[in-house]
Amino acid sequence: MTDALEIRNLRKVYAGGFEALKGIDLTVRRGDFFALLGPNGAGKSTTLGIVSALVNKTSGQVRVCGIDQDRDPEGVKRMLGVVPQEFNFNDFEKVHDILIQQAGYYGMEKGLARRNIEKYLRQLELWDKRNDQVRMLSGGMKRRLMIVRGLIHEPELLILDEPTAGVDIEIRRSMWAFLERINREGVTIILTTHYLEEAESLCRNIAIINRGEIITNTTVKELLLQMDRSSFVADIKGDFGRVPADNPYLMQLREDGSIQFQVHRGDNLNQVFELFARAGIEVVSLRPRTNRLEELFVDIVQADQPQPDGAVIRQPAVAGGNV
Amino acid sequence: MWQYRIAFQAIAGKEIRRFLRIWQQTLIPPVMTMVLYFVIFGNLIGRRIGEMGGFDYMAFIVPGLIMMSVITSAYGNVSSSFFGNKFQRSIEEILVAPVPNYVILAGFVAGGVTRGIMVGLLVTVVSLGFTSFAIHNPVIVLSVILLTAILFSVGGFINAMYATKFDDVALVPTFILTPLTYLGGVFYSIELLPPFWQWVSQLNPILHMVNAFRFGVLGVSDVNVWAAFGMIAVFLTVLVSWAMWLLKRGKGLRS
Repeated sequence: MTDALEIRNLRKVYAGGFEALKGIDLTVRRGDFFALLGPNGAGKSTTLGIVSALVNKTSGQVRVCGIDQDRDPEGVKRMLGVVPQEFNFNDFEKVHDILIQQAGYYGMEKGLARRNIEKYLRQLELWDKRNDQVRMLSGGMKRRLMIVRGLIHEPELLILDEPTAGVDIEIRRSMWAFLERINREGVTIILTTHYLEEAESLCRNIAIINRGEIITNTTVKELLLQMDRSSFVADIKGDFGRVPADNPYLMQLREDGSIQFQVHRGDNLNQVFELFARAGIEVVSLRPRTNRLEELFVDIVQADQPQPDGAVIRQPAVAGGNV
Repeated sequence: MWQYRIAFQAIAGKEIRRFLRIWQQTLIPPVMTMVLYFVIFGNLIGRRIGEMGGFDYMAFIVPGLIMMSVITSAYGNVSSSFFGNKFQRSIEEILVAPVPNYVILAGFVAGGVTRGIMVGLLVTVVSLGFTSFAIHNPVIVLSVILLTAILFSVGGFINAMYATKFDDVALVPTFILTPLTYLGGVFYSIELLPPFWQWVSQLNPILHMVNAFRFGVLGVSDVNVWAAFGMIAVFLTVLVSWAMWLLKRGKGLRS
């Protein structure tokens, strides 16, 4: 079976001369739930924009489900569902009208379009809003409507560019459940997000792009195994000044009185608790400082910054770890 | 084209619903403007002018005013709607879908043509309250009105492709379309002009369209009707090719 997405040597140079993509290669297998991560301006949206035909590429090849974008652009578009980062509705149109028009652009007969509209609007809890103008919807509803619009023609590959940005946690979790369900049903999903927790919990494979280049491309599991330390925050009772300053856990007192520390792979938390106990400190609660993937992501991207001598370190320099 | 008929219907239907939904802004104002022309130029001033081209002045200006309303409505519909789609980025809904460029162009043009012809019909009906006329050649009337509406819809599309702000949409109608229309023989026969200005007027494509239409309605024209059709065909070919080239490049649509 062909891959859902194959990108070869993709370059994009914008009119001002800015090289947004420097010849990237990327493969997403069918059925995958794939995260494309990177800091702002790294090239994520440019990559997905080229795949979606919203950005002109400078050179390179894009194939979707085995179809070459240059040879059969309409064929590629039929395979794709696109959920862009920014709202791009006509605010004065009604939800149902937008969806029936979108189905029309894909050549769907109205009967089938209406069935799909009802199915996805119900699944994403928007059915009651079908006759409302878009401007009457909340931000979370608009996000969900964009997903319905992207799915209306039942694509093989769904591209989600920051699908849950600005959505409250309850709705976000229900959207995750929905996306996991359609992925299980066979839809390949490519996701960009700034919520690393989202990528960690949803995605099986991951690529990190920085300054127009793919710097990591692996499974989420493999990536997390690279971590050699983890950061925690402990709420304590007692005098932090009694903890020996030369401890190996890089302990710091935070503004709110809690303690931040790092534990390396091979160490264990009992050793930290013993250190606190010896100092007469009681640990009230303990939590990870950040999401594991977020910690790793920051390390990888920071390690990819050019060094003073111009060199770029490509390996995660201080890959965070989990114990 | 047949396989894309649903996509075409979706775009054209959306465009038609758009201007029908705001009919107070899209259908009534041009009719009101033409009523004022009929009253002031046709009725009040026209009485003093007497005959032109062998017809009373009111009958003479009616075909030109119908044509003027068709041109401005067709052009304005596509330029404002397509630019609005660009501005709100809802054009991306179409760009990500498997819709070939010629279907996108045809869909928007269909909206412009429909509005142009609807306004033309309304102006025609209103004009019957001021004068009466028989149609000299219905085939020429229909073909000129249709081709002109298509031509200016494509023109509006090109304008919107280049436009980066709302002001840009108003520039061409204000500084090019309106002067060419007023100097395009709507209110006078170019026989009234000195030979040099008659020759200059012949360069104005709208003069040929207005006169071809006037020939279809009244049977009189300042220009050769078949040359007018030829001119429309040439302009149509150039503008459609231009619009298709812009769509292929993604001018103003894709970075």
